[in-house]
Amino acid sequence: MLIRKPSDIKPSEITAESVFRQRRKFLAGAAAGGLFAAAGPAAHAAAGYGDAGGLTAADAAAYPALQYRLNQQYSVTEKPNTFDQITHYNNFYEFGEDKTDPAENSGKFKTSPWNLTIAGEAEKTGTFTIEDILKPHPLEERIYRFRCVEAWSMVIPWVGFPLGDLLKRFQPTSAAKYVEFTTVLDPQQMPAQRTNLLPWPYIEGLRMDEAMHPLSIMVVGLYGRTLPNVDGAPMRVISPWKYGFKGGKSIVKIRFMSTQPHNTWNVVDPTEYGFYANVNPKVPHPRWSQATERRIGAGFFDQRQPTLMFNGYPQVASMYKGMDLHRYF
Amino acid sequence: MPPGSRHAVDQRFRYVYKPLVFCACLIPFLGCVGGVLAASGIARVPGLSLGVDPVRYVLDVFGKTTLNMVLITLLVSPVRHITGWSNLLRLRRMLGLFAFSYALLHFSTYVVVFQDLSWHGITQDIAKRPYITIGFASLLMLVPLAVTSTNKMMRRLGRKWAMLHRLIYLVAALGVLHYWKMLKLANHEPLIYAGIVAVLLGWRVWRRLRQVHRSGASGGARRATSRSAIPKAPEKA
Repeated sequence: MLIRKPSDIKPSEITAESVFRQRRKFLAGAAAGGLFAAAGPAAHAAAGYGDAGGLTAADAAAYPALQYRLNQQYSVTEKPNTFDQITHYNNFYEFGEDKTDPAENSGKFKTSPWNLTIAGEAEKTGTFTIEDILKPHPLEERIYRFRCVEAWSMVIPWVGFPLGDLLKRFQPTSAAKYVEFTTVLDPQQMPAQRTNLLPWPYIEGLRMDEAMHPLSIMVVGLYGRTLPNVDGAPMRVISPWKYGFKGGKSIVKIRFMSTQPHNTWNVVDPTEYGFYANVNPKVPHPRWSQATERRIGAGFFDQRQPTLMFNGYPQVASMYKGMDLHRYF
Repeated sequence: MPPGSRHAVDQRFRYVYKPLVFCACLIPFLGCVGGVLAASGIARVPGLSLGVDPVRYVLDVFGKTTLNMVLITLLVSPVRHITGWSNLLRLRRMLGLFAFSYALLHFSTYVVVFQDLSWHGITQDIAKRPYITIGFASLLMLVPLAVTSTNKMMRRLGRKWAMLHRLIYLVAALGVLHYWKMLKLANHEPLIYAGIVAVLLGWRVWRRLRQVHRSGASGGARRATSRSAIPKAPEKA
């Protein structure tokens, strides 16, 4: 496969001019309307996490700081979980099935060099370096609720950019109805991939409109710093109104498809995990209710709180108008 | 007093072995209590952390300890027969009661902490989710066993006591099923538990079959002697 070096490819080559102009306009409007607050401690204080999640000096040294702006419009004001919680309680089955396995097994995982392959129903396909992929996108911080299908939740200050902005650069054709995300397959570095714990590599997917929704982001950072390996470095998908497993981690391939992708958990157990996986308190999982959730980090005797429809992001509801959400869970 | 005398053995069990086993059985409980105190910032317990999700941790420790205690209780008879150390039987009641206590702790943690006393959530779980139904049924089955664990009840029930206490076999099997069905993916750990339960119950079946075979071969006499050899406390194999 031909991998082009950064010098070979101009951003204009993979960024449609219209997208480029739109973004400029958006940024200008955002600046004027105060959509973005300045980054830094003041913004963090405004967002509710004064001490930046209790990062230690070692954490700060391990994860370089990113340039970004807080997107207040799309951020919640709930108190984010600490950096320690977000990096020591992970479902990242490639590194093991226990919540603490990823923290133990992902330390040496190499995320550089990294390439992303674009395939399927799009005008511009091929393999690109992560530098080329990220270059045109200004980063924003989004403090999102994170709801796992296992009925626990967190609040996480992600750093990333709208997924739609990235996808548009490759000019998906009218045949593109879905987007498939493939996680890296690297049994050398990912111990559980040497077992048949799950069918590897991990596949996830979104409908095109879901992927293009402004809430869907490609995440490259956490707490203002480079994304830790445990959370899906170097880039992972987040759609905050969906259960966490919908957000593929350590993405190496994006494929535009005319048919619905076969997402891994749905393949493993179609009775328990659907394709849509929208957070929905009214549709129980076969083994537990989804009406409430345990907020990780809340007091020992005070963890349950009601789960909100679409995880408290009602602006996505119009995408599912007329759909039977019990059937398409 | 000679060291091997009945009285000396009684004394050693009373003042040494039983307290030691009792303290060992308390370790998971004390660890969780200390961990919760540390997690809630009430007390500083160095080196004791229940991780990011202490609720799940405590629930899992109590659940797994219940299963461990049930299996250890079931281990008493085979070990006693194989080693000939019949005094082991003196520890069995305490081990069984610990199994029941940890089952109660597991259920209480689920009710009070995990479900936050949501009766709707709890009843829905028990009614609709087979692995929770199974777990709850196992707990209920342990209740009559704990209630009839006293010497008085053993005497009063006589041979029925042994019959009743065979329920523990079912509890062991259902406990493993509860654990297995709770997990998202087929995990090796419930399989290991299932294997141990199969060996423990299989040994009893094998022994019973052998007994029946022998008593059949030598008429009723042999069977009668093996019955009379049962110690004064009714015994479940």
